[in-house]
Amino acid sequence: MDLLTPDIGLLVWQVVIFGLLFFLLSKFAWGPIASSLKERENSIQGALDLAEKTRGEMAKLKSENEQILAQARIERDTILRGAKETADRVIAEARDKAVAEGQRMLEQARDAMQNERQALVASMKKDVVNLSIEVAEKVLRRELADKASQEKLVQDLVASSRLN
Amino acid sequence: MMSSSINRFLLAFALLFSTVAGAFAQEHTAEGGHEAHAEEKKGFKVGDMITHHISDDKGWEFAHGLTLPLPVILYTADRGVEVFSSSRLAHGEVYNGYKLEHGHVHRVDEAGKPVEDIHVSDFSISKNVASLLISALILFFVFTSIAKSYTVNKGKAPKGLQSFLEPIVMFVRDEIAKPNLGPKYEKYLPYLLTLFFFILVNNLLGLLPGGANLTGNIAVTMVLAVITFFVTNFSGNKHYWMHLVKPTGVPVALLPIMIPVEIVGLFMKPLSLMIRLFANITAGHIIILALLSLIFIAGQASAGTGYGVSLIVVPFTLFMNLIELLVAFLQAFIFTLLTSMYIGSAIEDHHEADHGIGYEGPGEEIG
Repeated sequence: MDLLTPDIGLLVWQVVIFGLLFFLLSKFAWGPIASSLKERENSIQGALDLAEKTRGEMAKLKSENEQILAQARIERDTILRGAKETADRVIAEARDKAVAEGQRMLEQARDAMQNERQALVASMKKDVVNLSIEVAEKVLRRELADKASQEKLVQDLVASSRLN
Repeated sequence: MMSSSINRFLLAFALLFSTVAGAFAQEHTAEGGHEAHAEEKKGFKVGDMITHHISDDKGWEFAHGLTLPLPVILYTADRGVEVFSSSRLAHGEVYNGYKLEHGHVHRVDEAGKPVEDIHVSDFSISKNVASLLISALILFFVFTSIAKSYTVNKGKAPKGLQSFLEPIVMFVRDEIAKPNLGPKYEKYLPYLLTLFFFILVNNLLGLLPGGANLTGNIAVTMVLAVITFFVTNFSGNKHYWMHLVKPTGVPVALLPIMIPVEIVGLFMKPLSLMIRLFANITAGHIIILALLSLIFIAGQASAGTGYGVSLIVVPFTLFMNLIELLVAFLQAFIFTLLTSMYIGSAIEDHHEADHGIGYEGPGEEIG
């Protein structure tokens, strides 16, 4: 039963050495190790938290961006639509105006042409009359240059008037 | 890697000694029946060999005839403190009126008779104390160097020894201290870490060939258990002591039975710690030594039997060594776990009845 009887010498040494070991390790090893581990864990946790936060911010930013984009798209659509409407209106107006102007110019041209023609016709008529008179005068002068022809004419005239 | 070298050593050791024993046996049978019979009886006593190996010793015997003498420190009321080498007491020699008998130093008179009325207090640096010192030095240098590398490698990933031991430190902190001690774990963490690594290192050193059986020594486990007992009871809060005097949910009629049971339980806890570690480690050593003894016992019959038996025994010893390696870690873990459970039960804030949690924990069954 020697095994089960604690030896006083070893007991004392164990108390002394274990106590000393505990004291020294607590002071020089466990303290720094535990605090370093904790510090590192905190820094890792901090980094993770920061990453999470950044991700949240990114998501927020992204959704904001999307919102802005959507808004911009809507705005662009309205602007485009407005522009198109304006353009259509302008075109339509311009066309109407152009048509009206054309009509008016046509009318004017027609009027002018009418006037010109009338003037032309009038002057032609005058010219033709003058020419006819001249021709008639010349013919008459030649026809009635001698006596015989004058008589013949009178005879013809009489003959024709008789018929009437 | 360590275990394989241990086993390789053991294998060589076993084979070497089986040959020697075989040779001896042969020699003696040749000499003649009568003497050989007597020699055989004396030749190999398994019990003595095992006891010798698992007990403390004044010198450190690495192999037969190769003993490192260690200082013997004695205190007697009449002569005061005396220090001399353990080699002076070797082989039952008397030195300065002291004689070593069965591991104990006695005062003897000129005739060699023990003097009964003088009590010799023995504070020798025995094999166990030397091993204790070595383990303490190992622990101190390893962990202070690691602590230093924490400041050197600050903000960097751990490397080398630091990265090897860090998971173990973290394991003690996260799996043993935190769950059992709650938010106040930091106060007890240094003790738990010291305890864990002290037991682990000494368990492992004890497995080395020639190593001292320190954690299988009742004095050592007793000191550890008593420290745990003191730590537990000095940190016990009101609930802990109230639970002792008036366990919650127990009818008043049962109190005369329950209170003694609780008080016995108070002392059973460190007692179980003490015996568990001692018994586990010592038993492991005994099994390995007994297995190896089989070779020598068989070798006494004939050398061939010795060789034959060694073929079976050596692989089995190797297997037992691996089991011992596991036990070394397991017992360090269990001792630390139970210590933290006991402390945890003493410092726990009871908002509800304690249903045995942290009192007779699940770890109780292990080992």
